[in-house]
Amino acid sequence: MPNVKVLAKREEAQVRFTGGHSLCAGCAEPMVVRTVLNAIEEPVVVANATGCLEVATSRYPTTAWNVPWIHSAFENAAATIAGVEAAYKALRRAGKIQKRIRFVAFGGDGGTYDIGLQALSGALERGHDFLYICLNNEAYMNTGVQRSSATPKCASATTSPAGKAVPGKPQDRKDLTEIVAAHNVPYVAQASVSHLIDLAGKVERAMKYEGPKLINVLSTCPLGWRTRRDSAIPMAKLAVDTCYWPLYEVAEGVYKINYKPKEKLPIEEWLKPQGRFRHLFKSEEGKKLIAELQEAVDRNWQRLLRKEQCSQEG
Amino acid sequence: MKKTMTGHKAVAEAMRQIEPDVVAVYPITPQSEIAEYYAQYVHDGLVHTELVPVESEHSAMSACVGAAAAGARVMTATASQGLALMIEVVYIAASMRLPIVMALANRALSGPINIHCDHSDAYLARDAGAVHIFAESAQEAYDWMIMAQRIAEHEKVRLPVVVNLDGFTLTHSVQVVEPLPDEEVKRFVGEFKPLYPLLDVDNPSTWGPFAMPDYYFELKRAQQAGMEEVPAVFLEVQEEYRKLSGRPYRGFFEAYKLDDAERAIVIMGSTAGTAKVVVDELRKQGEKVGLLKVWLWRPFPREEVVKALSHVDRVAVLDRALSFGNMGALYLDITSAFVHQDRRPGFVNYIYGLGGRDTTVDHIHQVFEELESARPGELRYLGLRE
Repeated sequence: MPNVKVLAKREEAQVRFTGGHSLCAGCAEPMVVRTVLNAIEEPVVVANATGCLEVATSRYPTTAWNVPWIHSAFENAAATIAGVEAAYKALRRAGKIQKRIRFVAFGGDGGTYDIGLQALSGALERGHDFLYICLNNEAYMNTGVQRSSATPKCASATTSPAGKAVPGKPQDRKDLTEIVAAHNVPYVAQASVSHLIDLAGKVERAMKYEGPKLINVLSTCPLGWRTRRDSAIPMAKLAVDTCYWPLYEVAEGVYKINYKPKEKLPIEEWLKPQGRFRHLFKSEEGKKLIAELQEAVDRNWQRLLRKEQCSQEG
Repeated sequence: MKKTMTGHKAVAEAMRQIEPDVVAVYPITPQSEIAEYYAQYVHDGLVHTELVPVESEHSAMSACVGAAAAGARVMTATASQGLALMIEVVYIAASMRLPIVMALANRALSGPINIHCDHSDAYLARDAGAVHIFAESAQEAYDWMIMAQRIAEHEKVRLPVVVNLDGFTLTHSVQVVEPLPDEEVKRFVGEFKPLYPLLDVDNPSTWGPFAMPDYYFELKRAQQAGMEEVPAVFLEVQEEYRKLSGRPYRGFFEAYKLDDAERAIVIMGSTAGTAKVVVDELRKQGEKVGLLKVWLWRPFPREEVVKALSHVDRVAVLDRALSFGNMGALYLDITSAFVHQDRRPGFVNYIYGLGGRDTTVDHIHQVFEELESARPGELRYLGLRE
């Protein structure tokens, strides 16, 4: 697993993603991007879906990208990188390219769970050799915190606000990691900005496989979650320690939970500091909903433990 | 050597001879056989192309954009709803100045859903920033696919080129086509030299950046500059191809018996063939009629159209699609080209052939007859039950 020293050395040798971009103070995304790019040894080409990362890093005539980078549209990062990879295959076969080049796509949860799901599924099924990183901050943050299918149940978002009749988002979030696993790709994982060395290890393990890989990275948005600006790491850590966001991987169909908290914290600990859940703490109804959220977390965690057990037993 | 083949096969043959690095394609009637033929070529090992059998046209054009930016020669084909789904990315391909060549098997847009020919799909893509060429026959579709490659890839142009061929009428009917030998096509299209390719990892470039009001306007103007280079490049490539093929490609449009014409029709696509039959018949009877068949629709050759038509008394412009709430788009192109001319014909607009409605010799006769007395500026419908 690449440790901090290795990552730092690689960044010293080549800064792949520079500073000077306009992502918000406290945003988790640049930490994820730098970790991912530094965890890959070979040259990389990046495709980026429309979203915070794209807008804040490519404002013409400036760029934060010191690696080849392409943004096309919102829903097509997977199809775009598939095209780049197809070109690479053809040109390598024709003897026009000798170097081994790796391919990475970045998309937010909106661009991945929602509008880009079809293109992603197509690229997974066709077996292109690329790594897709979902920067999951659980809503459409770039356009003003609208709900996505990654937004947790009961969270207040601008298109699922906490109102007098409806307490935030009525629906549960979609399980993208499992959807990707169902494509039988060689490697899929969940990671968190709070555990960057775990993330770097996952990137390194993923890149050992030919074919499509995806890592779904929980990426705190202090603005959208309505938490303190310096809370990106502790908030993501709470998501992991409550088992709301388990760190696990599925490599060639075998589940492995990378981190099992010694003490599983109650979900309130993660909910309470976030303004988007504040309404739940103000009423009896809210308390009931918190209990339901806890039940869902427990159920999912138990299911994951069983999946790990079953798949490891073969 | 002359062969008989469908328009599909003619397009697929041109693609096989060009042998692009990447073809990303999704099947749709009446384009599917192009995708099928090409998949067979790939699976038979006849071409080195990387085939990307995408899950939608949106992804087809997206993969084309990725592949072309990576540094590959890229082709695709679609029709109707497929173009409607990918249109977002066609605009992006043009803005990135990517020389993607696309065959468009013209088919009516929904709704109601219909699989037959009209030009509403091409009209939808009119302002996307791609070059548009219309073919009259399978032979022309073949020839234009090859010329399109050179026009698209010319360093002054670097834009997507759409080769329009009428769905079913051209795609599915068997016609006589004379393909060039493989090696001549290969020599003609030459090697593709990409600019700032993504795969040049030692010289990283940023493609598709975010441009705010301080730069967007200048970038779009620069795109227009690429479009302005097209006419000269078009003529240069056409001249070279004319010499190579011996076929009579000269100019942005075919002026058929137009020199002394008093009445003329302006048209795009396969119905030009029908109109030529009628022109010949009427000429035999001593009537001075002619035809202007548009090859290059975007960019639109305004000055040349004026020169070719200014002596004509009456012109019927035939549009195979509605531009709801206004006259047909081709009619507006032609008439606006004449806006500052003192000597100009009386123009009449006909909408014809929507959703595959047949346009026969009788219909074209009707147009020439009505032209004598029609009120200039009138919008008429040809072959419609009203």
